[in-house]
Order: sequence, then C-alpha cells, then structure tokens
Amino acid sequence: MSKNSKLVQGYEVVIGFETHAQLSTKSKIFSRASTAFGAEPNTQACAVDLALPGTLPVMNKGAVERAIQFGLAVGSHVAERSIFARKNYFYPDLPKGYQISQFEIPVVQGGSVEFFLGEEKMSVRLVRAHLEEDAGKSLHEDFIGQSGIDLNRAGTPLLEIVTEPDMRSSLEAVAYAKELHKIVTWIGICDGNMQEGSFRCDANVSVRKPGEPLGTRREIKNLNSFKFMQQAIDFEIRWQIEEIEDGRKIQQATVLFDPDTGETRAMRTKEDAADYRYFPDPDLPPLCISREWVASVQADMPELPRLMAARFVADYGLPEYDATTLTQSKAMGSYFEATAKACGQPKLASNWIMGELSRRLNMGDSAIENSPVSAHQLGALISRIADGMVSNNAARQVFDALWTGDGKDVDAVIEAKGLRQMNDSGALEKIVDEVLAANAKNVEEYRAGKDKAFNALVGQIMKASKGKANPAQVNELLKARLTTAG
Amino acid sequence: MNQAMNKDLHDLSVLALSAHLRDKKISAVEAAQHFLTRSRAHSQLGAYLAMNEDVTLAQARAADARLAAGTGGTLEGVPMAHKDIFVTKDFPTTAGSKILEGYNSPFDSTVVANFQREGVVCLGKLNCDEFAMGSSNENSAYAPARNPWDTSRIPGGSSGGSAVAVAARLAPAVTGTDTGGSIRQPASFCGITGIKPTYGRASRYGMVAFASSLDQAGPMARSAEDCALLLSAMCGPDLDRDSTSLDMPAEDFSRSLTQSVDGLRIGVPKEFFGDGLSADVRAAIDNALKEYEKLGAKLVPIELPRTELSIPVYYIIAPAEASSNLSRFDGVKFGHRSKNYRDLSEMYRESRTEGFGDEVKRRIMIGAYVLSHGYYDAYYLQAQKIRRMIADDFQQAFKVCDVIAGPVAPTVAWHLGDHGNDPLADYLADIFTLPASLAGLPGMSVPVGLGEGGMPVGMQLIGNYFSEAKLLGAAHQLQLATDWHLAKPATV
Amino acid sequence: MSLTPIDIQRIAQLAQLRLDEPTSARMLTQINGFFDIVEQMRAVDTTGVDPLAHPVAAMQDIQLRLRDDVVSEPNQREANQKSAPAVERGLFLVPKVIE
Repeated sequence: MSKNSKLVQGYEVVIGFETHAQLSTKSKIFSRASTAFGAEPNTQACAVDLALPGTLPVMNKGAVERAIQFGLAVGSHVAERSIFARKNYFYPDLPKGYQISQFEIPVVQGGSVEFFLGEEKMSVRLVRAHLEEDAGKSLHEDFIGQSGIDLNRAGTPLLEIVTEPDMRSSLEAVAYAKELHKIVTWIGICDGNMQEGSFRCDANVSVRKPGEPLGTRREIKNLNSFKFMQQAIDFEIRWQIEEIEDGRKIQQATVLFDPDTGETRAMRTKEDAADYRYFPDPDLPPLCISREWVASVQADMPELPRLMAARFVADYGLPEYDATTLTQSKAMGSYFEATAKACGQPKLASNWIMGELSRRLNMGDSAIENSPVSAHQLGALISRIADGMVSNNAARQVFDALWTGDGKDVDAVIEAKGLRQMNDSGALEKIVDEVLAANAKNVEEYRAGKDKAFNALVGQIMKASKGKANPAQVNELLKARLTTAG
Repeated sequence: MNQAMNKDLHDLSVLALSAHLRDKKISAVEAAQHFLTRSRAHSQLGAYLAMNEDVTLAQARAADARLAAGTGGTLEGVPMAHKDIFVTKDFPTTAGSKILEGYNSPFDSTVVANFQREGVVCLGKLNCDEFAMGSSNENSAYAPARNPWDTSRIPGGSSGGSAVAVAARLAPAVTGTDTGGSIRQPASFCGITGIKPTYGRASRYGMVAFASSLDQAGPMARSAEDCALLLSAMCGPDLDRDSTSLDMPAEDFSRSLTQSVDGLRIGVPKEFFGDGLSADVRAAIDNALKEYEKLGAKLVPIELPRTELSIPVYYIIAPAEASSNLSRFDGVKFGHRSKNYRDLSEMYRESRTEGFGDEVKRRIMIGAYVLSHGYYDAYYLQAQKIRRMIADDFQQAFKVCDVIAGPVAPTVAWHLGDHGNDPLADYLADIFTLPASLAGLPGMSVPVGLGEGGMPVGMQLIGNYFSEAKLLGAAHQLQLATDWHLAKPATV
Repeated sequence: MSLTPIDIQRIAQLAQLRLDEPTSARMLTQINGFFDIVEQMRAVDTTGVDPLAHPVAAMQDIQLRLRDDVVSEPNQREANQKSAPAVERGLFLVPKVIE
C-alpha cells in the first residue's frame, strides 16, 4: 500500500486497475486462426471464432506459457490447476453468447508490481491474472441505423491483470500502468501497442473521507493512452467529489472517457447483464501446469528491469537514478553494459547515454536499437576522454562525426580533425613561457595573492594551444613556473 | 443383380452388404438407389429431414470407382443416414429446430468425416427432437417421427428418426447421439440395437451441442455385430478439434464378439426392477437374463442406490449446459432472425422466441435459473457432487460384476400425444438411462422380445469405462442364441 | 421452494426469451412441477464430495490438452457467412449497438 496518500479536497482517492494485455501468440487462444492486426473484416474469424454449430475450443500452449512468464515476472503463484469458466451474456461481438474466462481458480495468483514515483518506491499488489478470450468489434460508422460486426479479434488471447485498490492518485495509477506496460513488453508477452488495443486499462475509481470504508466505485473502461488515463481519472475524481459534496450518492457504473470533451460518461449497455451465470466450461478440462514446466520457463526468462537496475548499482556503482533510467528498455540496458564494458568507465558511459546520446535520439525520436553510434564506438570515445587524449568538448565533435557518419573509427576521427590534446610538455612549456612573458601583469597579481589571475593565465594558455592543451597539465606546469623563478 | 437380392437388399446386415459390395454382387449406386426409393415410399414415417438424390448418387458413384480400383475403405459403398445433430457440408443441418432452418455448415462433423473416410455413402439427415431434447421425437420442429411397429406410437427420442430408419429398413445403419438415453431408448422402442460408447470415445466436433459433458455419438443398426463394425469406424481421438476427446488409439470393437459369456458376471441392479417397471417389460428382461444364464453367465444382485436421484441431477446439469450452449443462436451470425424488432435486444428476444420450441425454452429457463446468482451452489454444484456419487456407485458395482443389465425404459413406446403437456412424464421415463449418462459409461440397447401391443422391448447393458468391446461381445452372444433382433414390423 | 412469476420474468430476460402471459403461467407450473422432484436432491448430504464436471475424471486424471501455437485456418469468410442473416462488406449487420 502506498504511503503518499495525498488528499484531494479532504478526500482520499482509491484506485484499482484491471488491465487486458493481448498476448503475442500467432494463433488465437482456442482456434488456429491468425491474431494479426488489421486484416479485412472477418477474414481471420474461423468457424470456432464464429461459434458455428458443432465447434469446440482447443487451448493454445503459447498463451499458457506467456501467463507463466508473467506470473514469474511479478512474483505470483502459478497455479498447478486452474479452471476455465463461461461468463454468459448476450452481445453482438461475443459470438458464443458467453466468454471463456477464468473465475474461481485463475492461473496466476497474487504477486506485485514495484516502481518509483519520484524518489518514493511504490508497490501495487496484484489479486490475480487470468487467461480469457477477447471479443470482436462493433463498427458504428456508415451503416445507417445499424452496426457492423467484425470478429477478427474474437478469440485473441488476453491476460486480465487485476490489482488490489492500492493506488492513491492518478499519478501513481499512471506510474503503475507504465511499469506494468514495461514488464509485459520487456518479457515479450505483449506488444504493448495501445493504439491497436493490445494493452487496455480499466480503472476502478472511488473516493472516501480518510478512515471511512471504501466508497462506491465507477469503472472507467478502455483507457488506451497514458495521457488520457491521467485526464480521465482526474476528471472522475473531481466529478465524484462534487457529486458527494452536492449530497448525491455515487452509483456503481461503467463509464467511458471521451478524449474530445475530456469527460467520462456512464455506458448504456451491459447494465442488465449483471448475472453472468459463471460455471466451469464443460468443453475444457482443468488446466494443469507442472512445476517442471514452470522451472523451464523460469530458466529462459530474461533479466527483469528491477533486477538489472539493482545489478547496475551493485556492479557498476551507478546511482539509483541512473540505473532506473538506463533500464527503461532492454535495449538501453544492454547498450549501457556494452559501452561500460568497452571503456571500463560506467559512470561516464551512463552520463553519455543519458545525456548526449539520449538527446540526439530524442531529436530524431529514434530508438536506441538503431542508434548510428554503436556501444563499441561510444566506449572507444569514452576511453579517449579517460586517457586524456581528447577533452570533453573535442569528444562531442568526435561523437558528432560518428553520428553523422563522417567517420567510423574514433582514433581516426580524432587525428583527422586534429583534436588530440597536446601532451608533449616541451611544446607546452614553450607556450607557457610565451604567455607568462606576454602577461607580466597577471603574474604580479597572482603573486600578490589574486587567484583569479591564475585562471586568466590558464585561459590564455589554452587559447594559445587552440584548446588542445591538457588543462591538468597546464595547471601543473604553470604552478611550477610561478612558484620558482622570480 | 438378381431380383431376390434386390428384394432382400434392405434386410442385409451392414457386414453382408459391404461384402456384396466388395464382391461386386451389387454396386454402391444400386444400394443407394434402393434405400432412397424405400425412404421416399415410407416418408409418412417422418424419418428423414433432408435427402438429396444427386449428392447421394454422386457419393455412390465415387464409392463404386474406389471399389473397382480396389482402394475402398472398410465400409466402402455402404449407405447410411445421420442424425440431424451432426453438421454436414453436403446436406442442411437443423438439429430439428426452426432456428437452424436452412443452415448449411461449411464443414463436416468428425464422425461424418470418419464414416466418409471408410467409404460410407450418405442417404440424408434424420429427424430428431429439437437440439436432441426429448424422449419421443415429438419435439421436432418439423414433424414427429412415427414408430414403424405402430404408427400411432412414438419411436422414442431424441434419435427417433434414426431408430425409425433402421427399424423400417430405410437405411442399414445410422448415427445417433445420446445425452441422457437418446440412442438407447429409441433403439429399445423400435426393436433395434444401439450403443453409446464411453464419453470421449467419439469426437463431439460437429455435433450441435446440447449438454457438453454428456453428449456422445454412437451407431444404431440391427445387430451388435454391425454396431461393433460401425463403432470402430466412427471413434478415435480427435485431439486437434475436441478437448474432451479421449487420447486412446482407435480400437477394433469387434475383437471380443466371439468370446463366450460363460462365467460372465451380470450385475442386476434392484433399483431398475422397482414398482415403476411395467410387467411386460420386466417379463421380457427376465426372459433375456435367463438366456444369459443358459449361456453360462452368472447373475449378481447389485445396488445403484441413487438411480432415482439421477433424474433431478441430470435435469439440472443438462439444461444448465444447454442454456449456455444455445446462447450462440442469437440471429447474428447464422440461423433464424425475426422480422419483428426495433432494436438489438428485441432482435435477440424475438429471434430466439420464434426459433425455439417449448421444450427447448423450458430447458433454457431451468438452466439459466440453476446457474443464476444465489442458486448455483444449491442446484448446479449440488448436482455435480451427486453426479460424482453416482459414478462412484457404478465403480462399487463393477467390483462384483463385469456388465450391468436391466431395462432401458419402464414401458414400451407410448402413443403420440400421451405425455401431452406433461414434460415431467418424459423426464421420469428416462430414469434407467440417465445414471450411465451421468457417469459417462458405455451403454447399449438390445432387443429382447415384444411387450404390450406387440411393441419391442430393449434390454440395457452397461459396461465400465472403455469396455465397449466386452459389451458388444455379450450382446452378440445373446443375438447368436436368440432371434429377437431379427423381428421386424409387420408393415416392413 | 418454488419459483414465482417474477423469477420466470427475470430468467426469461437473462435468456433473451419473450414469454407471453399464458406461456409464462404454463412455464411456471411445469418448472415448479420439476423443482418438486429436485427437493430430494437438495436433501442429500454431499459434504466433502468433489463435484464431477467431466465424467471420465471419475475414472482417470484428466487435464487440458494444449496445442502448439500455429496458424492453420485459411480465410473461409464466404463459406462461414453463407448462412448469415445480414452481411455487408464482410461485416455481420445488427441493429445499432449503443454504448
């Protein structure tokens, strides 16, 4: 449970989530039809998906495997034995007149999702995650007074992930949703495409005076962008508080968010279908998952973002903030590791990736996977900064060359552009002497105790060396010269 | 083909018929034409819901070609008809309901496909109670089928048309489905042999679902020997299409036909011989049991204490599953859509109200009620628990016997309209077939003589799981020793 | 216990059936007639008994068979829709769905 319970107009906000994640299987959960998005209407709805008389469901192993992966990712219990049940109601996008889902015994039980909200570590408890089939779509456009039903989506496997009412603000809710989205895409069980409806969130929102029992909740359906999610929840919170303040009772309802008006409104359908008459589906024996299977799935699981971040802190001595930022995506995490290994300078690598590289990527909003500068190249460049061959400024010029493709090999670019720092002391001593001679005034001031004068001299020397002098070396030499002779 | 052959063609067993076909004594086309002609001539019996001479003869010609090429299957050229519960590509499928009038399935049910693979020629689709719900075939939305032994009587149900077709020699063999007795009871009422195998033996893919955990397909013919042959052809795992299909290799169910019943322990449940059992049926059954004793079998008294409970248990579970299975008939994707509606929910309501008959509506109502909020535990769950007890009772019984024998039904076939507006009378008459259905056990009906009004009486044989071969063997041995199964209606 | 006319109406609505008065009354009598014999079932002590949802489970352990995640269903739209009441541009048409 979150500790940051900030009140809104004296009310505590209580939010729970139900998320429908479309699983990334090739075929549907109970049929061999394709789940590919965007096909011609009903060309991917086979006899089973259409519930033609005599058809029967046969379970897709890939969907179960993904449920197991999710359970392991969020520390849940993967049930040895779970039951598919029928949820009965009439709706045109529901071909059988019932949805095959899981009711009393779901496949994934318990677990939690952890994330940072600013500096604060949050943990949202999961009640369950169960397998079920998606419904089709009703198209309302250009059919005068009628709707067109496309059942291509019917039977697409879904994992419905249900939380406890643990969230206390829209910010926290969105942070949870983003973390959940990161997890399912990270382990690859869902493509996470919210526009195409692959990751749909329903938020159960209620408000109460602190210490009072939970208020009546309203469910905001199909929040398909993080932006709308926050708007919708904030609107719903204000609306509920106003209702209560005006002395009205909140009625339990399912509401839709309208991005255009920025408001939520109660749905008119499905209200009478409250009695779903759940019962175990006689067409499907119990789903049994052996511990051996769970173990083998575990063995193939990728390292999870939270663990990778912890490892970055431990192994590379990165600050929490860097580690969290660098594990936004699996690609970024591995880019960092490759870079750090190449140069042996984790913190520098982190700075460059979160700084220059991210800035460039964001400008062209391209992903790190297709960064023109490879982790190897960046590593080489950082090594050159570390061993003092190039200054930070010079390094930026090198990076630019690598980015635009002017050059491939870091050292070659440094030579070509003549960016190598001047490390041969003879030449430098010569410059130092010239500058000292030409700036007797500063020398006196320094000797009179004016430190500023020292910096002025350094500046002159760097200028004279066209920026190639190594500042550390300059300081050293200059100090020596000024303390001796004279 | 000689005249005698032609005249007697319809009296040939499936075994003999396929031998004649293989020996080219007759052609598949001749056989098909013969049964088509007979079927048209006896259309008043209401056995068929759909026939299509062109389709049938095309299949027959293809069979003849394979017979000529010597590439035929085990049943090459044998004509059969299917209960209209099995969906078929080449014939419309109605399940005896108005809501599916004119429905054309884009695929064949697995059972039909299996028979086709063995070379069976399809004569058409057979009448049945709507969605297989009934014991008299009077619930067919099209026409009641009539019992060839006495056309004023019902043939039984729900596979009524199937039983009529075999008894009246309109087909040498047919398919049926059995949810609570729908193969055994009409077989008994029409004096033929039928078997419902262990639940999961025959694929349910392509069977219009009534009660998923009870529905099971089976063959109906005139002898146990033929049934064994047909059962071997229609069964087998359908792992890709039916999650409840048993993962057991296809079997030769004829393998035990020749096995003597000497020493066979036949369990006789006292609950099957109570006051409810009419005297004529009891006499016929006792008589048959004596025959078995003559053949060396031993009668063992057993108890099936929850026999009576099987009626409420079945009539809660089956309607519950049916109420859900029949939700897909909503006028959206297929089937009847009403003309009288103003909005979506009226379209649903009117289409279903116009499309379903009374008994189907009654069962949908009962089913929806026992699953509805607050009643589930008291009814559905309680029924599923007692179902377990009933299954356990059988396992107790099979510790002391090899097969169980008793009546299929308390009486012989009654007259059309007798049960009129009293559906409960139909339910109660299922008492002896429901226990095996609830347990998923194989059961069959074997003719054992005539009772009141010269109507056939069937004896029920129930075996343990997967013991179909043993059951069929026991029945065949009885049929070798007696000729009850050869008796046929005077009109035929 | 027996059902009331209100129960009948409630269930009819759940099941999407329209029962006119006489039908509804007949249905009530018949269903209550059936529920009389259900009473004996409710009286049975079933404490500790596992419900039997799949008959063969009484004989052997059964578990859900899983198929490999492979696409093998071709587009059969035309065949699948040949018995459809109303289709336009490949879509099933229904009276407007209001959300």
